[in-house]
Amino acid sequence: MGKPILKGTDLGYYASDKTILQHLDFEIAPQEFVTLTGPSGGGKSTLLRLLASLISKTSGSLTFKAEEIETYEPTAYRRQVSYAFQQPQLFGQTVADNLEFPFTIRNEPFDNEKAVEFLGKVNLEPDSLNQPITELSGGERQRVALLRNILFMPEVLLLDEITTGLDVDNKAIINRLIGQLNQTEGLTIISITHDTSEFKLANRLLTLKDGQLEA
Amino acid sequence: MNLAVNNTSLMFALILVIIAILIVHREKLGLEKDIIYSVIRAVIQLVVVGYVLKYIFRVDNVFLTIALVLIILFNASWNAKKRAGNIRNAFPISLVAILASTSVTLGTLVLTGSIKFIPSQIIPISGMIASNSMVAIGLCYRNMNTNFQNQRQQVLEKLALGADLHDASISIIRESIKTGMSPTIDSAKTVGIVSLPGMMSGLIFAGIDPVRAIKYQIMVTFMLLSATSIGSLIACYLAYKSYYNEQKQLL
Repeated sequence: MGKPILKGTDLGYYASDKTILQHLDFEIAPQEFVTLTGPSGGGKSTLLRLLASLISKTSGSLTFKAEEIETYEPTAYRRQVSYAFQQPQLFGQTVADNLEFPFTIRNEPFDNEKAVEFLGKVNLEPDSLNQPITELSGGERQRVALLRNILFMPEVLLLDEITTGLDVDNKAIINRLIGQLNQTEGLTIISITHDTSEFKLANRLLTLKDGQLEA
Repeated sequence: MNLAVNNTSLMFALILVIIAILIVHREKLGLEKDIIYSVIRAVIQLVVVGYVLKYIFRVDNVFLTIALVLIILFNASWNAKKRAGNIRNAFPISLVAILASTSVTLGTLVLTGSIKFIPSQIIPISGMIASNSMVAIGLCYRNMNTNFQNQRQQVLEKLALGADLHDASISIIRESIKTGMSPTIDSAKTVGIVSLPGMMSGLIFAGIDPVRAIKYQIMVTFMLLSATSIGSLIACYLAYKSYYNEQKQLL
């Protein structure tokens, strides 16, 4: 394995006197696809949120490209290490409002062509840009939400059970896209899933149980 | 002037308070002590203010006038702070917001010649501006607290996508400013139709021609719009960052 892009050393996290993660040691290589699994309440989402800099570790070390992640400017960091939620909320009124958001926060004009191209990647029609978000199915919502993470390609994509509760077709569309991003774009992916059929997408499987990684 | 109220007539008007106490007692609302306390407090406060104002109007000193205005602003900020919940530095934020809204609004009124810089005009007008700013800012705080809680997931997602604090909070900031301003806008719409507000009523009561009295009310409407918008804007923009830590994480 080359130099790790993300590395945890004796990493721990506790909140209000409750230990959620302890003594985690792991390395994630660039372009690796890692699946994170384990029982509910084992700390998987917490680990992903630490990696996304949405919360901060309480002990140990967590580095991105060999630097502690607290040393990065948080906004810039989160554009490189992008976190996708299990039950995302869409913004505004229409699909376009959501795809515009990544452009807005970068002070860039909205690129309609790019948005349409990305909609195609998740089997959505160009005219769905103007579709009200209230008319979208659960699977379509998740697909639109995921596009917000990848319109500007990050280096690491953190997926928190994004296919849970979706039907086979929606799962297939999302998993195909994620696989492509990993293979062709070289995107590093850490994905939480309970679905054993998705394990084969990954290069490596990590199991987190009671706040500790199992060997 | 037909102003007839005197100590004897006020004593008889106490019947109105007794009516309130009887209602509260009959309905077992348990507010009797509250009413008595609030009435005593109101009477004492007003008597003191009456004599203080009488003295200040007679002395007509610029520094004394400014000092009294500052006391009003300080009290208004302290009250606005009480509704701030967990917002850090709520008192200085409220003070800056109320100070700015009062000085801009009052300054404009004085410079345009709408009012004179004499205590009998500056002090009541400052009180109106400060109290309306205070209410507006209190509403802003409450709205921000509610929305940072209710829209927590959405704010988190915006942060996760790499939004800075301003972009992650802007929809809540806008909504809160709107909430702060809306009572003033609403009452501007119904002024004269539903309510004859204090300024105008007071002047009419004192025997001023209603056509003249409304000019003052129009001025008050203008100044309250300016005061609540400036106060809400500054308070929201200074307060929103206290929902985050130095790592730009939502608390």
